Amino acid sequence: MHSFVFRANAVLTFGITVLAALCILASLSDSFHSSLPDINLQVLNVDVLQRLSNGNDEAKLTLHISADLRSVFTWNTKQLFVFVAAEYETQKNQLNQVSLWDLIVERKEDAKIDLRRRNKYGFVDQGSNLRGREFNLTMYWNVMPLTGGIFTGSKVLTGFRLPSEYTR
Amino acid sequence: MGFVAETLDSIRKTNVRQILLQAVSLGMIVTSALIIWKGLMCFTGSESPVVVVLSGSMEPGFKRGDILFLHMSKAPIRTGEIVVFHVDGREIPIVHRVIKVHERRNTGDVEVLTKGDNNAGDDRLLYAQGQMWLQRHHIMGRAVGFLPYVGWVTIIMTEKPYIKYILIGALGLLVITSKE
Repeated sequence: MHSFVFRANAVLTFGITVLAALCILASLSDSFHSSLPDINLQVLNVDVLQRLSNGNDEAKLTLHISADLRSVFTWNTKQLFVFVAAEYETQKNQLNQVSLWDLIVERKEDAKIDLRRRNKYGFVDQGSNLRGREFNLTMYWNVMPLTGGIFTGSKVLTGFRLPSEYTR
Repeated sequence: MGFVAETLDSIRKTNVRQILLQAVSLGMIVTSALIIWKGLMCFTGSESPVVVVLSGSMEPGFKRGDILFLHMSKAPIRTGEIVVFHVDGREIPIVHRVIKVHERRNTGDVEVLTKGDNNAGDDRLLYAQGQMWLQRHHIMGRAVGFLPYVGWVTIIMTEKPYIKYILIGALGLLVITSKE
Protein backbone atom coordinates (compact mmCIF):
# COMPACT_ATOMS: atom_id res chain seq x y z
CA MET A 1 0.00 0.00 0.00
CA HIS A 2 1.84 3.04 -1.21
CA SER A 3 -0.96 5.55 -1.38
CA PHE A 4 -0.54 9.14 -0.23
CA VAL A 5 -2.62 8.56 2.89
CA PHE A 6 -0.52 5.61 4.03
CA ARG A 7 2.71 7.54 3.54
CA ALA A 8 1.37 10.59 5.38
CA ASN A 9 0.29 8.32 8.21
CA ALA A 10 3.73 6.69 8.42
CA VAL A 11 5.52 10.06 8.50
CA LEU A 12 3.15 11.42 11.16
CA THR A 13 3.49 8.35 13.37
CA PHE A 14 7.27 8.38 13.08
CA GLY A 15 7.41 12.12 13.82
CA ILE A 16 5.26 11.79 16.94
CA THR A 17 7.31 8.81 18.19
CA VAL A 18 10.59 10.72 17.78
CA LEU A 19 9.14 13.79 19.55
CA ALA A 20 7.87 11.66 22.44
CA ALA A 21 11.25 9.94 22.80
CA LEU A 22 13.06 13.32 22.80
CA CYS A 23 10.69 14.68 25.47
CA ILE A 24 11.35 11.66 27.68
CA LEU A 25 15.14 11.94 27.18
CA ALA A 26 15.08 15.69 27.93
CA SER A 27 13.16 15.04 31.13
CA LEU A 28 15.51 12.20 32.14
CA SER A 29 18.55 14.42 31.57
CA ASP A 30 17.32 16.64 34.44
CA SER A 31 17.86 13.88 36.97
CA PHE A 32 21.61 13.82 36.25
CA HIS A 33 21.90 17.50 37.09
CA SER A 34 23.22 18.45 40.52
CA SER A 35 22.94 21.96 41.87
CA LEU A 36 24.51 23.92 44.69
CA PRO A 37 22.10 26.69 45.64
CA ASP A 38 23.22 29.22 48.20
CA ILE A 39 20.44 30.47 50.47
CA ASN A 40 20.17 32.86 53.36
CA LEU A 41 16.99 34.14 55.00
CA GLN A 42 16.72 36.69 57.80
CA VAL A 43 13.87 38.35 59.66
CA LEU A 44 14.95 41.98 59.75
CA ASN A 45 12.00 43.16 61.79
CA VAL A 46 8.64 42.05 63.15
CA ASP A 47 6.63 45.10 62.14
CA VAL A 48 3.27 44.01 63.50
CA LEU A 49 1.98 41.22 65.73
CA GLN A 50 -1.72 41.59 66.39
CA ARG A 51 -4.96 39.75 67.02
CA LEU A 52 -7.43 40.22 64.20
CA SER A 53 -11.13 40.86 64.90
CA ASN A 54 -11.91 37.21 64.02
CA GLY A 55 -9.63 36.03 66.85
CA ASN A 56 -6.72 34.90 64.67
CA ASP A 57 -3.20 36.20 65.16
CA GLU A 58 -1.42 37.98 62.34
CA ALA A 59 2.27 38.86 61.99
CA LYS A 60 3.87 41.22 59.49
CA LEU A 61 7.57 40.68 58.93
CA THR A 62 10.28 42.35 56.93
CA LEU A 63 12.47 39.67 55.40
CA HIS A 64 15.89 39.72 53.88
CA ILE A 65 15.87 37.10 51.15
CA SER A 66 19.15 36.26 49.52
CA ALA A 67 19.66 33.26 47.28
CA ASP A 68 21.72 32.17 44.34
CA LEU A 69 19.74 29.59 42.39
CA ARG A 70 21.57 29.93 39.08
CA SER A 71 22.98 26.42 39.35
CA VAL A 72 19.45 24.95 39.44
CA PHE A 73 18.76 25.94 35.82
CA THR A 74 19.22 23.31 33.10
CA TRP A 75 18.49 23.35 29.38
CA ASN A 76 15.05 21.87 30.14
CA THR A 77 14.07 24.49 32.74
CA LYS A 78 11.29 26.88 31.78
CA GLN A 79 11.10 28.70 35.09
CA LEU A 80 11.66 28.47 38.81
CA PHE A 81 8.84 29.23 41.19
CA VAL A 82 10.68 30.37 44.31
CA PHE A 83 8.86 30.89 47.57
CA VAL A 84 9.49 31.27 51.29
CA ALA A 85 7.15 29.62 53.78
CA ALA A 86 6.93 29.97 57.55
CA GLU A 87 6.47 26.58 59.20
CA TYR A 88 5.46 26.08 62.82
CA GLU A 89 3.63 23.78 65.18
CA THR A 90 0.73 24.64 67.47
CA GLN A 91 -1.48 22.87 70.01
CA LYS A 92 -4.19 22.61 67.34
CA ASN A 93 -2.12 21.81 64.25
CA GLN A 94 0.86 19.51 63.93
CA LEU A 95 1.99 21.52 60.91
CA ASN A 96 1.23 25.00 59.68
CA GLN A 97 2.79 26.13 56.42
CA VAL A 98 2.18 29.71 55.41
CA SER A 99 3.66 31.01 52.20
CA LEU A 100 5.01 34.52 52.83
CA TRP A 101 6.58 35.57 49.56
CA ASP A 102 7.12 34.18 46.07
CA LEU A 103 8.84 34.98 42.80
CA ILE A 104 8.83 33.56 39.28
CA VAL A 105 12.33 33.38 37.76
CA GLU A 106 12.34 32.82 34.01
CA ARG A 107 16.01 33.46 33.22
CA LYS A 108 19.16 32.04 34.73
CA GLU A 109 20.67 35.53 35.08
CA ASP A 110 17.76 36.58 37.31
CA ALA A 111 18.20 33.65 39.70
CA LYS A 112 20.52 35.60 41.98
CA ILE A 113 18.11 37.17 44.45
CA ASP A 114 18.85 39.80 47.06
CA LEU A 115 15.69 41.49 48.34
CA ARG A 116 14.24 43.13 51.43
CA ARG A 117 10.50 42.60 51.47
CA ARG A 118 7.43 42.71 53.71
CA ASN A 119 5.56 39.40 53.52
CA LYS A 120 3.31 39.34 50.45
CA TYR A 121 0.69 36.92 51.82
CA GLY A 122 -0.84 37.24 55.29
CA PHE A 123 1.01 35.40 58.04
CA VAL A 124 -2.23 34.46 59.80
CA ASP A 125 -2.64 31.61 62.27
CA GLN A 126 -5.73 29.46 62.76
CA GLY A 127 -6.22 30.78 66.30
CA SER A 128 -4.15 33.02 68.54
CA ASN A 129 -0.93 31.08 68.88
CA LEU A 130 1.69 33.37 67.37
CA ARG A 131 2.97 35.15 70.51
CA GLY A 132 6.42 33.79 71.37
CA ARG A 133 6.03 31.17 68.66
CA GLU A 134 9.13 29.52 67.24
CA PHE A 135 9.09 28.98 63.50
CA ASN A 136 11.24 27.85 60.59
CA LEU A 137 11.65 29.66 57.33
CA THR A 138 11.97 27.36 54.33
CA MET A 139 12.87 28.41 50.85
CA TYR A 140 11.40 26.16 48.16
CA TRP A 141 12.22 26.23 44.47
CA ASN A 142 9.74 24.48 42.22
CA VAL A 143 11.44 23.62 38.92
CA MET A 144 8.96 23.82 36.05
CA PRO A 145 10.33 22.16 32.90
CA LEU A 146 9.94 22.82 29.20
CA THR A 147 8.74 19.24 29.09
CA GLY A 148 8.63 16.33 31.55
CA GLY A 149 8.77 16.02 35.32
CA ILE A 150 8.13 18.82 37.82
CA PHE A 151 10.21 18.72 40.99
CA THR A 152 10.96 20.79 44.06
CA GLY A 153 14.04 21.55 46.14
CA SER A 154 14.11 23.21 49.53
CA LYS A 155 16.27 24.51 52.33
CA VAL A 156 15.11 24.90 55.92
CA LEU A 157 16.44 27.63 58.21
CA THR A 158 15.54 27.18 61.86
CA GLY A 159 15.47 29.21 65.05
CA PHE A 160 13.19 32.16 64.36
CA ARG A 161 10.86 33.42 67.08
CA LEU A 162 8.02 35.91 67.20
CA PRO A 163 7.86 38.44 70.09
CA SER A 164 5.98 37.36 73.21
CA GLU A 165 3.69 40.42 73.28
CA TYR A 166 1.40 41.97 70.69
CA THR A 167 2.84 45.11 69.13
CA ARG A 168 -0.54 46.86 69.13
CA MET B 1 -12.57 11.45 -9.90
CA GLY B 2 -10.45 8.34 -9.91
CA PHE B 3 -10.18 8.33 -6.14
CA VAL B 4 -13.97 8.55 -5.61
CA ALA B 5 -14.68 5.79 -8.17
CA GLU B 6 -12.04 3.57 -6.59
CA THR B 7 -13.51 4.18 -3.13
CA LEU B 8 -17.04 3.32 -4.24
CA ASP B 9 -15.69 0.28 -6.02
CA SER B 10 -13.93 -0.97 -2.91
CA ILE B 11 -17.12 -0.48 -0.84
CA ARG B 12 -19.07 -2.55 -3.40
CA LYS B 13 -16.49 -5.28 -3.37
CA THR B 14 -16.28 -5.76 0.40
CA ASN B 15 -17.81 -8.96 1.63
CA VAL B 16 -19.20 -9.92 5.03
CA ARG B 17 -15.94 -11.46 6.23
CA GLN B 18 -14.05 -8.22 5.52
CA ILE B 19 -16.64 -6.08 7.27
CA LEU B 20 -16.48 -8.33 10.32
CA LEU B 21 -12.68 -8.09 10.34
CA GLN B 22 -12.85 -4.32 10.19
CA ALA B 23 -15.43 -4.19 12.99
CA VAL B 24 -13.13 -6.30 15.16
CA SER B 25 -10.08 -4.14 14.46
CA LEU B 26 -12.08 -0.99 15.20
CA GLY B 27 -13.21 -2.59 18.45
CA MET B 28 -9.59 -3.37 19.29
CA ILE B 29 -8.60 0.27 18.84
CA VAL B 30 -11.42 1.54 21.05
CA THR B 31 -10.88 -1.02 23.80
CA SER B 32 -7.11 -0.58 23.89
CA ALA B 33 -7.61 3.17 24.32
CA LEU B 34 -9.98 2.42 27.18
CA ILE B 35 -7.49 -0.02 28.73
CA ILE B 36 -4.71 2.57 28.62
CA TRP B 37 -6.93 5.22 30.25
CA LYS B 38 -8.23 2.89 32.99
CA GLY B 39 -4.73 1.51 33.55
CA LEU B 40 -3.39 5.05 34.03
CA MET B 41 -6.21 5.73 36.50
CA CYS B 42 -5.19 2.65 38.46
CA PHE B 43 -1.48 3.43 38.28
CA THR B 44 -1.68 7.12 39.26
CA GLY B 45 -4.52 6.77 41.77
CA SER B 46 -6.21 9.80 40.27
CA GLU B 47 -9.67 9.78 38.74
CA SER B 48 -8.39 11.86 35.83
CA PRO B 49 -4.68 11.10 35.26
CA VAL B 50 -4.26 13.68 32.51
CA VAL B 51 -5.76 17.18 32.46
CA VAL B 52 -5.64 19.96 29.90
CA VAL B 53 -4.91 23.49 31.13
CA LEU B 54 -7.83 25.70 30.10
CA SER B 55 -6.96 29.10 31.55
CA GLY B 56 -3.95 31.37 31.80
CA SER B 57 -4.02 31.59 35.59
CA MET B 58 -0.76 29.63 35.96
CA GLU B 59 1.19 31.49 33.26
CA PRO B 60 4.01 31.59 32.38
CA GLY B 61 4.46 28.08 33.82
CA PHE B 62 1.40 26.50 32.24
CA LYS B 63 -0.34 27.97 29.23
CA ARG B 64 -3.74 27.15 27.76
CA GLY B 65 -3.48 23.89 25.82
CA ASP B 66 -0.67 22.36 27.88
CA ILE B 67 -1.12 18.91 29.40
CA LEU B 68 -0.47 17.93 33.01
CA PHE B 69 0.03 14.42 34.34
CA LEU B 70 -1.48 13.91 37.76
CA HIS B 71 -0.60 11.61 40.60
CA MET B 72 -2.61 11.06 43.75
CA SER B 73 -0.52 9.37 46.42
CA LYS B 74 -1.20 9.09 50.14
CA ALA B 75 1.64 11.55 50.80
CA PRO B 76 0.42 14.65 52.63
CA ILE B 77 -0.23 17.86 50.73
CA ARG B 78 2.39 20.57 51.17
CA THR B 79 2.84 24.18 50.08
CA GLY B 80 4.20 24.74 46.59
CA GLU B 81 2.53 21.68 45.10
CA ILE B 82 0.35 22.25 42.06
CA VAL B 83 -2.96 20.53 42.70
CA VAL B 84 -6.09 19.94 40.68
CA PHE B 85 -9.24 20.47 42.70
CA HIS B 86 -12.92 20.83 42.19
CA VAL B 87 -15.17 23.27 44.00
CA ASP B 88 -18.78 22.48 44.91
CA GLY B 89 -21.07 24.02 42.32
CA ARG B 90 -18.38 24.28 39.64
CA GLU B 91 -18.11 21.68 36.94
CA ILE B 92 -14.59 22.31 35.61
CA PRO B 93 -11.66 21.43 37.88
CA ILE B 94 -9.02 24.09 38.60
CA VAL B 95 -5.21 23.71 38.52
CA HIS B 96 -3.54 26.02 41.06
CA ARG B 97 -0.70 26.08 43.58
CA VAL B 98 -1.02 25.44 47.31
CA ILE B 99 0.15 28.46 49.34
CA LYS B 100 -1.06 27.56 52.85
CA VAL B 101 -1.43 24.26 54.69
CA HIS B 102 -2.83 23.62 58.16
CA GLU B 103 -2.65 20.01 59.26
CA ARG B 104 -4.61 18.96 62.38
CA ARG B 105 -2.98 17.10 65.21
CA ASN B 106 -4.24 13.51 65.75
CA THR B 107 -6.61 13.29 62.78
CA GLY B 108 -4.14 14.63 60.18
CA ASP B 109 -6.95 16.41 58.33
CA VAL B 110 -5.66 19.21 56.17
CA GLU B 111 -7.00 22.62 55.26
CA VAL B 112 -5.26 24.22 52.30
CA LEU B 113 -5.47 27.50 50.43
CA THR B 114 -4.57 27.78 46.74
CA LYS B 115 -3.64 30.54 44.33
CA GLY B 116 -2.92 30.79 40.61
CA ASP B 117 0.65 31.97 39.94
CA ASN B 118 -0.63 34.59 37.51
CA ASN B 119 -3.52 35.80 39.71
CA ALA B 120 -3.20 38.74 42.07
CA GLY B 121 -5.22 37.27 44.92
CA ASP B 122 -5.79 33.84 46.44
CA ASP B 123 -8.61 31.49 45.42
CA ARG B 124 -11.16 32.24 48.15
CA LEU B 125 -13.21 34.14 45.54
CA LEU B 126 -13.35 30.99 43.39
CA TYR B 127 -14.39 28.69 46.22
CA ALA B 128 -18.03 28.12 47.14
CA GLN B 129 -19.63 30.99 49.03
CA GLY B 130 -18.26 31.21 52.57
CA GLN B 131 -15.70 28.47 51.97
CA MET B 132 -12.32 29.42 53.42
CA TRP B 133 -10.29 26.24 52.85
CA LEU B 134 -10.05 23.20 50.62
CA GLN B 135 -10.15 19.78 52.25
CA ARG B 136 -8.51 16.59 51.10
CA HIS B 137 -11.66 15.37 49.32
CA HIS B 138 -11.70 18.42 47.03
CA ILE B 139 -8.29 17.53 45.63
CA MET B 140 -8.15 15.20 42.63
CA GLY B 141 -4.39 14.97 42.21
CA ARG B 142 -1.11 16.82 42.10
CA ALA B 143 0.75 17.69 38.93
CA VAL B 144 3.96 15.67 38.45
CA GLY B 145 4.61 16.03 34.72
CA PHE B 146 4.12 18.52 31.96
CA LEU B 147 3.80 18.38 28.18
CA PRO B 148 3.28 21.55 26.12
CA TYR B 149 0.69 22.20 23.38
CA VAL B 150 -0.74 18.66 23.06
CA GLY B 151 -3.96 19.64 24.82
CA TRP B 152 -4.95 21.93 21.96
CA VAL B 153 -6.31 18.86 20.17
CA THR B 154 -9.00 18.38 22.81
CA ILE B 155 -9.66 22.11 23.22
CA ILE B 156 -10.33 22.49 19.49
CA MET B 157 -12.51 19.39 19.42
CA THR B 158 -14.66 20.54 22.36
CA GLU B 159 -15.03 24.08 21.13
CA LYS B 160 -15.58 23.27 17.45
CA PRO B 161 -17.53 20.00 17.43
CA TYR B 162 -17.88 19.91 13.63
CA ILE B 163 -14.11 19.36 13.31
CA LYS B 164 -14.53 16.31 15.54
CA TYR B 165 -17.29 14.91 13.31
CA ILE B 166 -15.27 15.55 10.14
CA LEU B 167 -12.29 13.76 11.70
CA ILE B 168 -14.33 10.79 12.89
CA GLY B 169 -16.05 10.57 9.49
CA ALA B 170 -12.73 10.64 7.61
CA LEU B 171 -11.22 7.99 9.87
CA GLY B 172 -14.31 5.80 9.50
CA LEU B 173 -14.12 6.09 5.71
CA LEU B 174 -10.44 5.16 5.81
CA VAL B 175 -11.15 2.08 7.89
CA ILE B 176 -13.96 0.99 5.54
CA THR B 177 -11.97 1.51 2.34
CA SER B 178 -8.59 0.18 3.48
CA LYS B 179 -7.91 -3.34 2.26
CA GLU B 180 -5.57 -4.51 5.00
